[in-house]
Amino acid sequence: MIRTAWLILRKDLTVEVRSLEIAYTTLFFAISCVLFFAFALVKEGKAPEDGAAGILWIAIAFAGTLALGRTFERERQSETLRALLMAPSDRPAIYVGKLLGIIALLVGAELVLVPLVAFLFQAPLLGHPFWLAAILLSGTLGFASVGTLFSAMLVRARSRDVLLPVLLYPITVPVIIAGVRATAALLQPDVELAIVRFWVMLLLALDVVFLTLALWTFEPLMTD
Amino acid sequence: MIDFTELTAEGVSRHFGRRRAISRISFQAHSGSILGLLGPNGAGKSTMLAMLATLLRPSEGHIRYGSHTSKQAGASLRSAIGILGHDLFLYPELTARENLVFFAALYGVADSHAAADAALTRAGLGDRGGDPVSSFSRGMRQRVALERALIHRPRLVLLDEPFTGLDDASAGALVARLRGLRGDGTIVVLATHDLDLAEGLLDHAMFLREGRAVENVARPDALRSTYRSIMGRAT
Repeated sequence: MIRTAWLILRKDLTVEVRSLEIAYTTLFFAISCVLFFAFALVKEGKAPEDGAAGILWIAIAFAGTLALGRTFERERQSETLRALLMAPSDRPAIYVGKLLGIIALLVGAELVLVPLVAFLFQAPLLGHPFWLAAILLSGTLGFASVGTLFSAMLVRARSRDVLLPVLLYPITVPVIIAGVRATAALLQPDVELAIVRFWVMLLLALDVVFLTLALWTFEPLMTD
Repeated sequence: MIDFTELTAEGVSRHFGRRRAISRISFQAHSGSILGLLGPNGAGKSTMLAMLATLLRPSEGHIRYGSHTSKQAGASLRSAIGILGHDLFLYPELTARENLVFFAALYGVADSHAAADAALTRAGLGDRGGDPVSSFSRGMRQRVALERALIHRPRLVLLDEPFTGLDDASAGALVARLRGLRGDGTIVVLATHDLDLAEGLLDHAMFLREGRAVENVARPDALRSTYRSIMGRAT
């Protein structure tokens, strides 16, 4: 299973490095989103309290939705998803490989978004880098684990571009809320790490639930 | 890897909601034979191939690979199946060699690079292996796609309209390759509209119409007139 997931991840990254299509579109969209909010909300050099946390997660969620759609669109164009499903390994390995590819793309986007949001909203996001990394990784995993399953499920649906956010956002609301609250807790003048730790633990618990359900349902959803 | 010398479908049906795409189809195909699934659009040929490939589950009936069902055999059964669909299952951004190496590794071939080089030579594209598939003609892509389907030396090969878009030379090469597979003991199931190219190639033909098997013919000859006569009777 690990070998198959690794092969799929490596293939996805090779295709992306060659075309840079998802990286460019995702980054352009996410940066535009942050800039629009900055122009609208930052008045006379002052940003609204906790605004940076919400805007960071909105940009991640929107960019993630775009990346999810495009990643599976590639597998649909030449029906390569069927060839992947014919691999003689457990089919959830395909899910894991695609999930890791999405996470890699989103982590790349976050590396650009975090300093941009910190600069535009004068937010001390980089004050606790370990905790910020924990929040972003656990939140990204939760969001991408549901998104990867739904994108695979909708790959043959005619209105998949509309259906993906309609299905994805209501289910991932707890992840986004926990991510925003945890990030906002990091931005307080006196950071209470106990609160940050609580939200990170909640994010990890959500990750376990979403990942388990996704691994359990992937094969039946893809073969029927 | 699971090996088998017989493929058996027993009363296989497949419904999509209330629509019945395949209705109680039974057949047997043996090692070293080519079975043709022939019929008009919507006859159920692609659905039947998807079920044989384990990509769809039958709503009723069983498909047996030797003595195993796909449920009993699990994932390892898929290492004995190769499929070439109407779409080519290739990544256009990758080179022909990268595509073949990827699928060889995915299907568990021990030396994926050597297997890919041998496959490129068989496809007559030894000098184009480093070119992206997107730069190939339809015929060249089809040749790579066929080698992709065969790279793990499957026992069962499923081909859905493999002659689409091929010129005479490429179609002739494909027919020769299929005869070679038959000689090697492979079970080939071929769904096609192209009766002229299938003429003389099939050991068995199953004529399908609206999801039902209307006739089974062993060693069919004069395929086009047989097809017309059978389909005429079925209307």
